[in-house]
Amino acid sequence: MRALLRLTWLEIKIFVREPMGVVGTMGIPVAVFLIASRLVGPRVAREAVQSGGAATAMLPVLASLLMALSAVSSLVTIVSIYREGGILKRLRATPLSPTVILSAHVLVKLIFTVLTLAIMLILGRRYIPPGAQVPVLSYGVALTFTTWAILSIGFLIASIVPTARFAQPLAALILYPMVAVSGLFFPVDVLPQWMRLAARLLPLGYAVSLLDGIWRGEGWAAHLGDVAALTLFFAVLTAVSSRVFRWE
Amino acid sequence: MSFDVEEGEIFGLIGPNGAGKTTTMECVEGLRRPDRGTISVLSLDPIRDARALQQKVGVQLQQAQLQKRIKVREAVDLWASLYPRAVDADALLERLGLSDKRQAWFMTLSGGQKQRLFIALALIHDPDVVLLDELTTGLDPQARRAIWDLVREMRTRGKTVLLTTHLMEEAERLCDRVAIVEHGHIIDIGTPAGLVRRHCPGQTVVLETTDATAPGHFDAIPAVESIAWLDSQCTIRGSGGDLVTQVIQCLAEHRIRVTNFKTELPNLEDVFLTLTGHSIRE
Repeated sequence: MRALLRLTWLEIKIFVREPMGVVGTMGIPVAVFLIASRLVGPRVAREAVQSGGAATAMLPVLASLLMALSAVSSLVTIVSIYREGGILKRLRATPLSPTVILSAHVLVKLIFTVLTLAIMLILGRRYIPPGAQVPVLSYGVALTFTTWAILSIGFLIASIVPTARFAQPLAALILYPMVAVSGLFFPVDVLPQWMRLAARLLPLGYAVSLLDGIWRGEGWAAHLGDVAALTLFFAVLTAVSSRVFRWE
Repeated sequence: MSFDVEEGEIFGLIGPNGAGKTTTMECVEGLRRPDRGTISVLSLDPIRDARALQQKVGVQLQQAQLQKRIKVREAVDLWASLYPRAVDADALLERLGLSDKRQAWFMTLSGGQKQRLFIALALIHDPDVVLLDELTTGLDPQARRAIWDLVREMRTRGKTVLLTTHLMEEAERLCDRVAIVEHGHIIDIGTPAGLVRRHCPGQTVVLETTDATAPGHFDAIPAVESIAWLDSQCTIRGSGGDLVTQVIQCLAEHRIRVTNFKTELPNLEDVFLTLTGHSIRE
């Protein structure tokens, strides 16, 4: 446990030493949220007030999803760079257990995801309609949980990418189509049959449903199914990854 | 493949790239499961007793890297924190000539500095056995010599060193004993000098003289097998340890005046050529 915290802290320091990585992980989702809020926020807020005061969840959920996906993509890249450079191998030749090494990276990603969310909420406060009760703490927990579950896709991709150069494009190729069937842009019900099936098998639909629901203040009890689906998804993918994961 | 490394010696696995040196090393390190056979390190099994062995064995892996932006001192501190006992980090970095690089990022280090850092990481927990895989590959001669001194110092401190190299000079200068590896087999094991004596007993003396009587005198030396002349340069080949002495005695006895005199002794490179029929560089 001490080793995990130590390694996590070290990886955080190493991460912030690369400015581009920080901009990519934290800057872009925040910028997307702020720009989009500025463009469409007032109108949506007005409609929300008219329709009874429920805060719209689309923008925060989109930004959150971007954060989670960029965390996955960055995890894939880091793991593949570490593998290609022999860093994973060198770490493995120490008393550090593989679980600790990977957990440290997951923790780093989660910490930065929460940090990004906090910045987003602080900077975007004025776009949240007045009177809307957003359960910020609950939403933070939901986002952390979702990111954690989705990071298992990162493990799987990281297990199969041959080199670091393929990591980013492959991650994008796998991740972004998932957004299309996540229900974020179109309700899942209007999609063709096969896409609806894909939506049920892929995690992002559950992620969107959970984040959206919590943002609207629906409470966890209404989304136990989403939590269960995401947990199952994490368990299966992590199990598969641990079978096929290559250290070098 | 079968070999024993004695306590306190520097033992080298030598052979061309692809001979199986690193594979062997990784099996010893516990990073790779051997297809068959048994390995015992300090009476422990590298895979089964990995935990216990990690405390007693220090490793340097071939072509390893660290995080680009990790600082030297951070890496050493992290490693130190992973073991129940650790040597003083500052003193270790001082000994390895890395004191002024403590705050430097890994990516800014030179090849020699990186290797010295990896040596620091291998030694941080004061292991009894040190495993070094292609320690000086890619380093310039000066950095290489500095690293050799460090390895000799490990032996002075009572550590047992197992290393791999494809550099015959490195093996000759550093190792107490070597095993010549090719295609996953050990061809022979011995001290570098012993292997040379065993497989390449021939010696060569090259000298320059304008004395016209010299060839006749050289012919009479018992150890001489062949003589070749090129202008005033004479190449004398023979076998047995006495060739050089006999040539010198002959020169003195007949007062032959020479303007140049050198001996060419076979080395591990020649041993490898003799044993495998091809040069190690091919």
